[in-house]
Amino acid sequence: MAKQSIRKELKVSAIENGTVIDHIPPKSLFQVIRILNLDQIDHQVLFGTNLDSQKYGKKGIIKVGNKYFESEEINKIALVAPTATLIVIKDYTVVYKSKVEIPDRINRIVKCFNPNCITNHQDIPTLFYVLDKEDLKLRCHYCEKTTKKDDIRFV
Amino acid sequence: MKNRSLISISDFSREEILFILDEAEKFEKRPNQKILEHFVVSTLFFEPSTRTRLSFESAANRLGARVIGFSDAASTSVKKGESLKDTILTVSNYCDVIVMRHPQEGSARYASEVSPVPVINAGDGSNQHPTQCLLDLYSIRKTQKTLENLNIAFVGDLKYGRTVHSLVIALTQYNTTFHLVSPPELKLPSAVKLYIKERNLEYFQYTDLAEVAGKVDILYMTRIQQERFADPLEFERVRNSYVLTNALLDHSRKNLRILHPLPRVSEIHTDVDDNPKAYYYRQMQNGVYVRQAILSAILGAIPMK
Ligand SMILES: [Zn+2]
Repeated sequence: MAKQSIRKELKVSAIENGTVIDHIPPKSLFQVIRILNLDQIDHQVLFGTNLDSQKYGKKGIIKVGNKYFESEEINKIALVAPTATLIVIKDYTVVYKSKVEIPDRINRIVKCFNPNCITNHQDIPTLFYVLDKEDLKLRCHYCEKTTKKDDIRFV
Repeated sequence: MKNRSLISISDFSREEILFILDEAEKFEKRPNQKILEHFVVSTLFFEPSTRTRLSFESAANRLGARVIGFSDAASTSVKKGESLKDTILTVSNYCDVIVMRHPQEGSARYASEVSPVPVINAGDGSNQHPTQCLLDLYSIRKTQKTLENLNIAFVGDLKYGRTVHSLVIALTQYNTTFHLVSPPELKLPSAVKLYIKERNLEYFQYTDLAEVAGKVDILYMTRIQQERFADPLEFERVRNSYVLTNALLDHSRKNLRILHPLPRVSEIHTDVDDNPKAYYYRQMQNGVYVRQAILSAILGAIPMK
């Protein structure tokens, strides 16, 4: 038992300080890395995918040393990996743990899918209302058109 | 309603809509009243729409307001790359209300958020045209003496027509039964049908215009545009099968009235123009009274009790 858990931990090492994003759907792992610009930062980043998960079968996980995410970044994670759990680690101890949550309104981070929307032609921060959190649908505050999950692009 | 913008028909409550219609009725009886003498209305048409602009300008002039603005962005600093925000902030120094039409969806909502004076949306791309919707409601109520429990047919391009979408959504407040006549490729989008379903109202879909003519109180005709069809032959076929003629009206209800947002191309035969059931020219005239009511309400000249 003890042996097994040690082996499990070794798959993706523990971090001293920073954030763990757990329970990411494997197919969304690289998207999460991309939208958080983790390929551009100087912090230590560890990630694994297709790891066994009791809850979801397979999962992805990302650990970022010495980095704590802003709420806009957490909203982005929620949009592409709604099952993810955010764990904040300080001194090897979990100080905060919570499932990410899709907010009712999404400010600034998503582009409107409608090419003729005013937000795609002028320097205007976007705003969306979340119509459906399960089968993700966002309604643009400006053009009133709907952007669906597969059409979501980040600003 | 004083100082409120009108961007989407859903910005106004049911009571506010009825207030506008009641006030428009008073303007129909007395169209010339100098109640907006000290106001300046600007009409900013970033894309041309002569019909809508003249209707607003006529409404403002009949009430004594002065009108400034442009009818085409080509002759303005917009052409030089000025942002919408800068245009709106500049013009708002010179007027008390902005009436704007713009080719991009969401432009009017955005303008209303940066503008210190109220904004009336006279069409933002394919999105909203609330004053058209209000004049349609006015025309329906005027000809049927009520908005409640009517059978209303929409004919033609139900997929792309923003006029149809707004009016269908607005009518779901009045227990309407909807008859939707269109070629299969131009059916009403499911997002709009959802509003009908949410209110548990009935709707029927048809491809043949002859099937509905005898069943309804209002026949709302729309134009089918060539650019919606990849195949020009298919367009010809569809266009010719959605033409309203006097023969089709033979067995229609006595109270039936025909509406059309205009301009018309070939979807209503000119013979129908003299039919007492044709109402589309009066409908356009009603637009002036409705816009008089909207301008007066927003400028605070007719307070809502
Ligand atoms: Zn938009």
